[in-house]
Amino acid sequence: MGLQIAFWVLALIAVGSSAGVILQKNLFRAALLLVVCFLASAGIFVTLSADFLAAVQVIINVGAVAILIIMSIMLTREVTRGSPSNRLGAPAFVISALIVFILVFSILTTAWPISGAEPAQPTTSVLAQILIGDPGFILIIQMSAILLLSTIIGAIVLMKEK
Amino acid sequence: MPELITVGAAISPNLPWSDWQFGFWIHLLIFGIGIISLLLGSVIIFIWLERRLVGRFQRRLGPNRAGPLGLLQSVADVIKILTKEDIVPSRADKLIFWIAPIVAFTPVVLMLAVVPVADGALLADLNIGILFVIAISSITALGVFMAGWASYNKYSILSAMRTVAQLVSYEMPLILSMVGVVIIAGSLSLNDIVKTQTVPFIVLQPAGFFIFFIASLAEINRTPFDLLEADSELVAGYNIEYSGMKFATFYLTEYCEAIVLSTLAATIFLGGWQGPWLPPIVWLLLKIGIVFCFIVWIRSTLPRLRIDQVMGFAWKFLLPLAILNIFVTSIFVALWPETPAWLMGLTNLAILVAYILFWSKLFKPGGKAVAV
Repeated sequence: MGLQIAFWVLALIAVGSSAGVILQKNLFRAALLLVVCFLASAGIFVTLSADFLAAVQVIINVGAVAILIIMSIMLTREVTRGSPSNRLGAPAFVISALIVFILVFSILTTAWPISGAEPAQPTTSVLAQILIGDPGFILIIQMSAILLLSTIIGAIVLMKEK
Repeated sequence: MPELITVGAAISPNLPWSDWQFGFWIHLLIFGIGIISLLLGSVIIFIWLERRLVGRFQRRLGPNRAGPLGLLQSVADVIKILTKEDIVPSRADKLIFWIAPIVAFTPVVLMLAVVPVADGALLADLNIGILFVIAISSITALGVFMAGWASYNKYSILSAMRTVAQLVSYEMPLILSMVGVVIIAGSLSLNDIVKTQTVPFIVLQPAGFFIFFIASLAEINRTPFDLLEADSELVAGYNIEYSGMKFATFYLTEYCEAIVLSTLAATIFLGGWQGPWLPPIVWLLLKIGIVFCFIVWIRSTLPRLRIDQVMGFAWKFLLPLAILNIFVTSIFVALWPETPAWLMGLTNLAILVAYILFWSKLFKPGGKAVAV
């Protein structure tokens, strides 16, 4: 019962704020609504007993991604008026409608498996076992680390004074 | 609602109200009110303490007229600031201008939810305690940014940009400095971390404490990292357009952050509530006071750094040291778990000293400026 109420409140906040991100003309306010959306989805993770994921969601998406978005918004002009209209409206509408259709279709037609197991407590050691344990995903983690490293080096090369 | 209790916020069974009918809600009520009143009460005392201490460091008396020893000075200041006119700039983004102080203040109070004041006596014994603290603390930067932006003032935006650059940079060494402690304690829960400290972790992890303390000074914008409100450059910082209660909330946020980070330093590195003879809460408050006095000591001793020096210090000095610390600590814990505490602490200290000596050769005053 309590979890149901929590889920619906958080879901409404998440959907409402993400609609606000799209509809809000003021870019800065749109970015702040995005933060609200991230926080609400972190709350949904908590109701699913995924506390580690919720904390990581807040650290990465609110603490880093949202702040970088706001920083880059500050470098743009005419923040309060939003993007000016142009002739790309119609193709953009078609493409986004297509993406929405594909997403909704695949979500509705997939048979989502639901685990009957009790949520693990604490979650951290189970996660660690899966990620870097014996039959784990250590190779993928290392590859993503290399990806991030190459991105950082790329950024440094781009920023370097000639 | 028993299912909500299982969601992370498990309450300890050794509290008197844990088997009452509405024990969970009573627990929330008691600890919620307790944390807020303790924090707000201690802010008033700590402001007085800081002003008296800075006075002593500068060979003057500090506030000593209002009440015994000047204790009522902070109360007088609070009354003065609450009765001031609330001014909103005409071109400000009103809504964000209004929300910003709340966004900045709330996370600071929330951080205390996972700090134990005695064995098992805390608001929520989260399995991910430290991670929760880090996650919540990153939201404060957003409040500062909102304030700087919404004020429609170039100095406040400059200050907000500086702050965010500084906070994002110092978050990294701050998080990594705590990883060494987590590796030794084997848990992210602050309650477990305090219980494993038969020897305070500052002895085992001097390098970790060194990084944590410096990075948290930067996180709370204290000297020598107070570029956020460098009066001579930015007039007053991101809160320049704020007055009255809104300004008071920002002022409160800064002091609460200082107190919360002293609390974290006391809990993670100095043994928290553990100590002989005295009751646990007294030990915790004593340790918080000592760390806070140390912060004030640094404030009245060191000059302010330049912004490029601040950034360079985080990325070139603290971050490699933090990674080195994690590496050495995990070697000890994984390969020789039976290592005596003194050997571990001495190795850590030796690495810290060698590292400082090595890097001080590379960093020379008046070197080439680093573009930020």
